Amino acid sequence: MSYWNEDHQHTYWNPYFGGFMLGLLLIFTFYMTGRGIGASGAMKSTVVFALYEVAPKHVEKSAYYSRFVEEDKSPLNTWLIFEVLGAIGGAFLSGALSGRAKFKIQHSPKISSKRRLAFALVGGILFGFGSQMARGCTSGAALSGLSVMATAGFITMLTIFGSGYLVAYFFRKNWI
Amino acid sequence: MGPLIPHELLSPEWNNVIALIIGIAFGYLMEASGFSSSRKLAGVFYGYDFTVLRVFFTAAVVSMIGILYLSKLGYLNFDDLYIQPTYVDSAIIGGVIMGVGFVAGGFCPGTSLCAAAIGKIDGMVFILGLMLGVVIFSEMFPWLEGIFNAHNLGGVTLEDTLGLSNEWTTAIFAIIAVVAFYGTTILGRYIRNVRY
Repeated sequence: MSYWNEDHQHTYWNPYFGGFMLGLLLIFTFYMTGRGIGASGAMKSTVVFALYEVAPKHVEKSAYYSRFVEEDKSPLNTWLIFEVLGAIGGAFLSGALSGRAKFKIQHSPKISSKRRLAFALVGGILFGFGSQMARGCTSGAALSGLSVMATAGFITMLTIFGSGYLVAYFFRKNWI
Repeated sequence: MGPLIPHELLSPEWNNVIALIIGIAFGYLMEASGFSSSRKLAGVFYGYDFTVLRVFFTAAVVSMIGILYLSKLGYLNFDDLYIQPTYVDSAIIGGVIMGVGFVAGGFCPGTSLCAAAIGKIDGMVFILGLMLGVVIFSEMFPWLEGIFNAHNLGGVTLEDTLGLSNEWTTAIFAIIAVVAFYGTTILGRYIRNVRY
């Protein structure tokens, strides 16, 4: 194992190979299910599920949450939840085989761990909010949308990366 | 003819099993491509690592070409594929907010799952943030509903919006991708290397 741990920690797939495999996976997914791959939808289901457990009245009254609650079916029983559970397993498998699976906070040496976590939290909040607004994230809206030439997919891709480039300057200390 | 499950060529019981298998492959190849590292992901915005662009564009081009061929060859009925509705305002506003979140947090939802899966605490905190973001959106929904539902064009493709056929869209996107791959490779030579 030390061979893997020492030498291959930073060895990733060739990005074109990774992209090619991801493309094949998307084709397979559309061929089987007629839809693409997603991620943020599973976070939403988890939130709806958790709140439905602790405050069912609030969820039923809420104009947004209530869209995702059906009778006789747990909010967790969705295709995306199973897909995301698989993704967590698959990512762990890849990381563990390459000696990358360990607890750590990854950040630039120029910033503290605390700062990294604070920005991760804020970034997550923004991304979570934005993904609900846009009805999907980088995978569900942008990548899957592009696969079927959906106009929304192109808009989402252009705006995510466009706004990322526009604001990158203000966050540069965190990364470079 | 596909898609298999909507056409009931495969029983719906298989749906969740297939979801799990697709998920495992999805997580594995994202992690193997380096998507569990926020510093690698953020590199695309600063030019020190273009992995995101390469993986994302390659995947999109491969998938567009593949789906187009499968539908031309009669294995897949394009009209039965889910095309998400285009709500112009919310797609733009949501995308802009996600872009800021990407640069601030260094992840998107899928990649934060990969990071958390291999023990990155920053990935886990990002996921916590995602869930808080969903809660905030839901609580503010009565105020946001107008924007959320404005200018609904329905499930349109670029064919409906710009008059570009699927074939042309794919061809143009493929050319843009190759130019971007080549351009960023050249550009990368002039950008200071960041070690991480």
